[in-house]
Amino acid sequence: MYEGIVQELIDEFGRLPGIGPKSAQRIAFHILTTQSFDTTRLAELLAEVRERVRFCSICGNVAEQDTCSICRDPRRSQTVICVVEEAKDVAAIERTREFRGLYHVLGGALSPMDGVGPDNLRFTQLVQRLADATVTEVIIATNPNVTGEATATYLTRLLDQPGLRVTRLASGLPVGGDLEYADEVTLGRAFEGRRTVEA
Amino acid sequence: MIVAHLSLHDFRNYESAELALSAGPNVLVGSNGQGKTNLVEAIGYLATLGSHRVSGDAALIRAGRDTAIVRARLQHAGREMLLEAQLNRSGANRAQVNRAQAKPRDLPRHIASVLFAPEDLALVRGEPSGRRRFLDQLLVQLSPRLAGVLADYDRVLRQRNSLLKSARAARVSESQLSTLEIWDERLVEFGSEIIGARHDLVARLRPHVAEAYERIAGPDHAAELALQLSILGVQPEEDGAQAPTLAEDVAPADTVTAFRAALANVRRAELDRGITLVGPHRDDLHLVLNALPARGYASHGESWSFALALKLASAALLRAESPIGDPVVVLDDVFAELDESRRAQLAHAVGDYEQVIITAAVLEDVPSELTGRTVRIVAGRIAEDGQ
Ligand SMILES: Nc1ncnc2c1ncn2[C@@H]1O[C@H](COP(=O)(O)OP(=O)(O)OP(=O)(O)O)[C@@H](O)[C@H]1O
Ligand SMILES: [Mg+2]
Ligand SMILES: [Zn+2]
Repeated sequence: MYEGIVQELIDEFGRLPGIGPKSAQRIAFHILTTQSFDTTRLAELLAEVRERVRFCSICGNVAEQDTCSICRDPRRSQTVICVVEEAKDVAAIERTREFRGLYHVLGGALSPMDGVGPDNLRFTQLVQRLADATVTEVIIATNPNVTGEATATYLTRLLDQPGLRVTRLASGLPVGGDLEYADEVTLGRAFEGRRTVEA
Repeated sequence: MIVAHLSLHDFRNYESAELALSAGPNVLVGSNGQGKTNLVEAIGYLATLGSHRVSGDAALIRAGRDTAIVRARLQHAGREMLLEAQLNRSGANRAQVNRAQAKPRDLPRHIASVLFAPEDLALVRGEPSGRRRFLDQLLVQLSPRLAGVLADYDRVLRQRNSLLKSARAARVSESQLSTLEIWDERLVEFGSEIIGARHDLVARLRPHVAEAYERIAGPDHAAELALQLSILGVQPEEDGAQAPTLAEDVAPADTVTAFRAALANVRRAELDRGITLVGPHRDDLHLVLNALPARGYASHGESWSFALALKLASAALLRAESPIGDPVVVLDDVFAELDESRRAQLAHAVGDYEQVIITAAVLEDVPSELTGRTVRIVAGRIAEDGQ
């Protein structure tokens, strides 16, 4: 334990996701002792980010206006929507440059343990976006874990309507690595989920 | 596979210890509380990433220290391999394989051990959870992929229980309860896979258990085992005593269908009680000795022998199916509990494993054919290394 404000700062960093007590302490002391570290700039950004950044009223992605740059881009296909859990997943998929359609950010995944049910996620908004039949395909890109899969199943049922194709991202072995380095749990489950390939 | 050398640093009561082990039998001898079990626990840790005595790693790190290190040099088929586990009081544990950084869960792939200790009496006399853990640990050793399925089942179970609990407290909306079906589906998917895998394992284990029990106790003793499935209406945790007859040991032709039906049956009760009432987390492994349930009927020595037979059977199965050869067989304080003839039978039964490690407070308790190499342990030190 440190005195007063130093400990308060450490505690505050420790509350951030992915930062344990040791990292919190390291960050706090870095800020305290590094002369070149611009604390005013960081404080300003922190104050501004909540003010300036909003969530796109259409897709839920982060935006600096009422809608995000993707929703405003006329070159993007208006017939495909990719559903993700978080805005950071949008950024990840954008980096691939493979997808030219629109997004829908749910704001999380179904997780009763965390008190997240259908009412807490942006399902209704998604259904509204599909109402005029412009969209012909929804790609479900929730995480390949227990809560992500449950959310995918929920969506599959919710979106079961004629004229709409619902697809799910394939999951399995990480590409770009060697088979021999895949751990046995991942590799073993990829075996279980194997598919017939067409000649 | 054998452990040719074991090094410990700040592990349990060892500040620092170097122990050479040989193929065949090795005996660790010393008074109570000197550190015999601690040594074999270290080998078990590399093989299972856990201890047979405590859950959680904190108790394994020497009091007052922050990091424990367990290092083992293994030999298999003429090749050597170096494993290292670093247990940290705060922060993640680390591992090395042949001095290269690895994930802790890579370690068990290279080392297998079957440890029999006094705690294992609970396999026969204790709660169903111990028997489930026994089956699941062996499953993962034989088929590592199942670790993922077991972990996912557990996650789904906790999510589903949480939903049922909030439904009971009426803190939940209609639309949220509608997601129960989705969790049901996942529970059935992972649960059926676990039931299938356990069922298959019990079938492979059965002949080995019967044989091992006969070897220890002599002919005319029939040790049998069967899975009791809660989805078929058997609720071991509900009734204190077990059913006196051997439950019909049929895997439901279609586990998935039976599971779904069982969930529909208990739906009301689940909503009332706020927990998941059927599934592999409520199943049991029923042990039967000479047509009577072992739990509640078997004598002390018989219970011991049954627990031992379960462990010897897992060793036999690992030997038959594992690519890394024989598991290291560890017998911790076992001989003191057995009569003269069972001691001799046990010595005979483990005699041909590549490596056997025995601990005893009194050397005279260990049958002479197993006392080739003896190491004396005193207060966390290898006091005397008699070849
Ligand atoms: N984390 C730890 N730090 C320091 N000492 C420990 C730690 N964990 C256990 N010990 C000590 O190790 C000793 C127990 O060692 P162990 O269980 O190996 O005994 P043993 O030789 O197998 O005895 P017995 O014959 O009674 O089974 C105890 O004295 C205990 O206090
Ligand atoms: Mg002991
Ligand atoms: Zn948008």
